Amino acid sequence: MNTAEQMNVSDELMIHIKDMQKWYGSFHVLRDINLDVYKGERIVVCGPSGSGKSTLIRCLNRLEEHQQGLIEVNGVELTDDLKNIDAIRREVGMVFQHFNLFPHLTVLENCTLAPIWVRKMPKKDAEEIAMKYLERVKIPEQALKYPGQLSGGQQQRVAIARALCMSPEIMLFDEPTSALDPEMIKEVLDVMIELAHEGMTMICVTHEMGFAKEVANRVIFMDAGQIIEQNDPTNFFENPQSERTQLFLSQILGH
Amino acid sequence: MTNQTSRDIAYLRTEDAPVLPPPVDSIGLIGWFKKNILSSMNDFSSFGAAVSSVFYAVLTFGLLYIGLSLLWGLFDFTVLSAVFNDPEGLKRGVCTTVAQGGVAENAVGACWPYVKAKWQLFVYGRYPAEELWRVDLVFIMLAVGILWLIWEKAPFRKWVGLFMLTAYPVIALILLGGGKADYEQSTVGFFLIAGALFYLAGVLGLRDKLGEVLLAFGGGVKVFGIALLVIGLVMLFLSFDYGLEKVATDRWGGLMLTLVVALTGIVASLPIGIVLALGRRSKLPLFRVLSVAYIEFWRGVPLISVLFMSSVMLPLFLPEGTDFDKLLRALIGVALFSSAYMAEVVRGGLQAISKGQYEGAQALGLNANQTNKMIILPQALKIVIPGIVNTFIGLFKDTTLVLIIGLFDLLGIIQNTFADANWATPTTSMTGYLVAGFIFWLFCFGMSRYSIFLEDKLHTGHKR
Repeated sequence: MNTAEQMNVSDELMIHIKDMQKWYGSFHVLRDINLDVYKGERIVVCGPSGSGKSTLIRCLNRLEEHQQGLIEVNGVELTDDLKNIDAIRREVGMVFQHFNLFPHLTVLENCTLAPIWVRKMPKKDAEEIAMKYLERVKIPEQALKYPGQLSGGQQQRVAIARALCMSPEIMLFDEPTSALDPEMIKEVLDVMIELAHEGMTMICVTHEMGFAKEVANRVIFMDAGQIIEQNDPTNFFENPQSERTQLFLSQILGH
Repeated sequence: MTNQTSRDIAYLRTEDAPVLPPPVDSIGLIGWFKKNILSSMNDFSSFGAAVSSVFYAVLTFGLLYIGLSLLWGLFDFTVLSAVFNDPEGLKRGVCTTVAQGGVAENAVGACWPYVKAKWQLFVYGRYPAEELWRVDLVFIMLAVGILWLIWEKAPFRKWVGLFMLTAYPVIALILLGGGKADYEQSTVGFFLIAGALFYLAGVLGLRDKLGEVLLAFGGGVKVFGIALLVIGLVMLFLSFDYGLEKVATDRWGGLMLTLVVALTGIVASLPIGIVLALGRRSKLPLFRVLSVAYIEFWRGVPLISVLFMSSVMLPLFLPEGTDFDKLLRALIGVALFSSAYMAEVVRGGLQAISKGQYEGAQALGLNANQTNKMIILPQALKIVIPGIVNTFIGLFKDTTLVLIIGLFDLLGIIQNTFADANWATPTTSMTGYLVAGFIFWLFCFGMSRYSIFLEDKLHTGHKR
């Protein structure tokens, strides 16, 4: 039985995207995107490279700008207004393919930086929270090391803890395991699965179909800048409707 | 196919291979010698290899001979045939031969009594003799401050650093110059009031009280206000009477002047350079264009012409009667000039920071100022420590150019003493240049060593 179906999804709308379009120069990179995400949803976005998956989730915290259409995150519309952007970034955590940890700061400082400077939290409280999340990702003993002294999988878990320290409402994962050696992928996925079971709203761009089957309640397939197909994982994998989806699935599951 | 099956490819290790120490001749002094010296000259297995070995052997020992004889020459000049004492006060006589009108039997090397006699001039220039304690005090404070900051375990390092960057320069200026500067009250007042107004506008602007423009540029306005305030305050402090005798800057000279010019350039160029480097990468066209124009202008002009312009041409443009100290003009010229170079060095560091660092900071909700201050600059500056120190060292040596506008730095004053007939000997100038070279080298080498120490200290990845 799919465990995903047992997890709660509420009716509260977290992300609302309507008729969104984005261009890089004259290249139309995201076309006619419509998507609603509810609190507690675990969404996996997949598709061939260059299909716009990463660009889509990077639009959600304004690392990329969209040119047309509407994006609302947590009830706030994303516009050029810096105050709105700051407000949204406080509530949206992001984990990157290449970790993007700050190499000149220790693991603990990486985790406490944003709570102290963005949330204006006292240093002691921030450190307490950081240690709590470092324990959750199972590396509290590395707190005083620098990122350069950790393995890839450990670094990515620190990156997850760092994002969680801001107690975000939504977590975005941009291919979190693509830069990792095979034996390290599992330790990162385990943390993500645990997070999903706790009810975090998550959007993951990933090629880990096992992860999609285990925790996603919705899988979105993108190609050429458009959302081609979305469905619950069982139907998505067993009964894909579009030809492009079938081709993609046969390519990634075919060996 | 049959070939494949007949070969036994199965293998199983049954016990671990022993862990052995490295061969004796591959480690330690012997190993180093074998690897770095002998390896190029001990291969005689073929005719070609033998020729090459002989060639390298000849080259090695030839260079060794040249190097040693140079060192021996230096040792002979500075120690063996040098004159150290002048007990009878003969001055030039003690360093010249009988034929040249002196008392020495053979041609002599370095004439140290000359250095001893002129040492005060080398260090203090023409600073009044009875006021030298003021310069000494400034030197001592500088030395103590720097040692304190270098020594990792010293207490209150933060406060000492703050003191050295804020109060110390003002105290040094008061001690060296003696205060009682006759600035127009209106000028000082203008700087103080304008500074306060800009600062206030910046602070209120950042709190979104004065509209969009000041919200966006409040940081810059605030910094500008602080700069004006600092200038006004320094002028104010310098105009008080501290009961010290006034010493005009045309009496400053020697090592003291070199240090004043170099340290001003060094301390001013880094912050200005950082601002310019950030400005050059700014998304706002106005900042970008201004920064590029500044950098390209100052980089395109030789320092000599900057100094000439500041001392000869600038007074022509300023209103009649504005008396602007010559040294101050040179200091401003050097600071503006070196900050353009510094800007490009810092920009090199900024460009080495990956986009991911900006995105990581943005995704956490840090604003642009926080991102630059806490994420980008610490990493960028660490990367360009060699370049920064390179610029510092270049600047330190370029201070010798102030000679052309009539200021006598260490080199200038040493050259100046060659004209003294009392000390005219064949080796006076060589001795003088040797001293100048050695003092410059000492400071530059010190900076270079410190930069290497700093790089090591700030290294946070795997140690090699």
